[in-house]
Amino acid sequence: MTRSDLRIVAVVPAYNEEGAIGRLVDELHEFEPPLDVVVVDDCSTDTTAAVAAAHGATVLGLPFNVGIGGAVQTGFRFALERGYQRAVRLDGDGQHDPRELPKLLAPIERGDADLVIGSRFVDANGTYRPPLARRLGIRIFARLVSLLGGQRVTDTTSGFIALDRVGIELFAREYPHDYPEVEATLVALRSGLRLRQVQVDMRERETGESSITFVRSLYYIVKVMLSLLVASLRRYPRLEGASR
Amino acid sequence: MTPIRASLVGIVASALLILIVLELVRGRRLKERYALLWLATGAVLLVLSAWRGGLNTIASWLGVTSYPPAVLFAVATLFILLVLLHYSTVISRLTDENVDLAQRVALLEERMRAVERDVGERAESEPVSSP
Repeated sequence: MTRSDLRIVAVVPAYNEEGAIGRLVDELHEFEPPLDVVVVDDCSTDTTAAVAAAHGATVLGLPFNVGIGGAVQTGFRFALERGYQRAVRLDGDGQHDPRELPKLLAPIERGDADLVIGSRFVDANGTYRPPLARRLGIRIFARLVSLLGGQRVTDTTSGFIALDRVGIELFAREYPHDYPEVEATLVALRSGLRLRQVQVDMRERETGESSITFVRSLYYIVKVMLSLLVASLRRYPRLEGASR
Repeated sequence: MTPIRASLVGIVASALLILIVLELVRGRRLKERYALLWLATGAVLLVLSAWRGGLNTIASWLGVTSYPPAVLFAVATLFILLVLLHYSTVISRLTDENVDLAQRVALLEERMRAVERDVGERAESEPVSSP
């Protein structure tokens, strides 16, 4: 806890990712400057927690499955409690490439942003072309959040983010529990956080299964729409230190 | 007019509801705060069942002329909706509290492991000399 004010914590939510988590933790440990790696195990039924611990990560084990948002928030609460000034969040399946982290951290190091989102859509000439339905969904969410949050955003579905202390404080206290990314972006904007987006490449997932199915994506869309609507009617206290 | 049998059944049913709720509270199987809405439901239905003139008057206000006990059903349905809505808010709060507890457990367990590791290392590096 002594030097954690200078260090960066990497929060990695993981559910049944024993095939990918070891390599990801190793890659994060190679990062310069050194990162503290915290894997939040959302009550996996496989050996995710053991593999992560064997590779030297700090493991936070949830006693039952709370969903991605609750898992991520556990990591941010850890960061808050231990006094970290910076945090990054990467998915446990390995699709977020640690080599892209310098891009995410740069605006925070410069003091230009409280929240940086790594997106595949910032650069219009980017190579990523998702299926039409997905692209449409992402664009509609982005428009909505831009409208309700008062700042143009291009991709609010990305979970590849970096935070400064203000961001850590906000998300440790307030983070949606399921399908959290879109709403979290709006909450950040409405709480006065400075948001930057940077273009990143993402990898294809190598093992495990994506959690998105057809019925779930319908639920996802409806749930997120409702959350955005309600979040825009709610009042969020502006955070001390947030200077947007 | 309300048939006398409908009134009797209404009285017995709502009295039974009140008694069951009271018994559950007495046996500590139902908390007072969650019993209140049920008791209110029972009380309102009891009053409307017993007070036949009142039920008829309310029914005619509402334009229900053919069968006044229909108002009983409407009121009962309304109260059941209220109870369900109340429970939805209770479940939501419990969900949030549950997640909060799970997160605290995860954080505390990690902290405990770290402390145990620390103590273990210290015990190894400076063995306690027995007097």
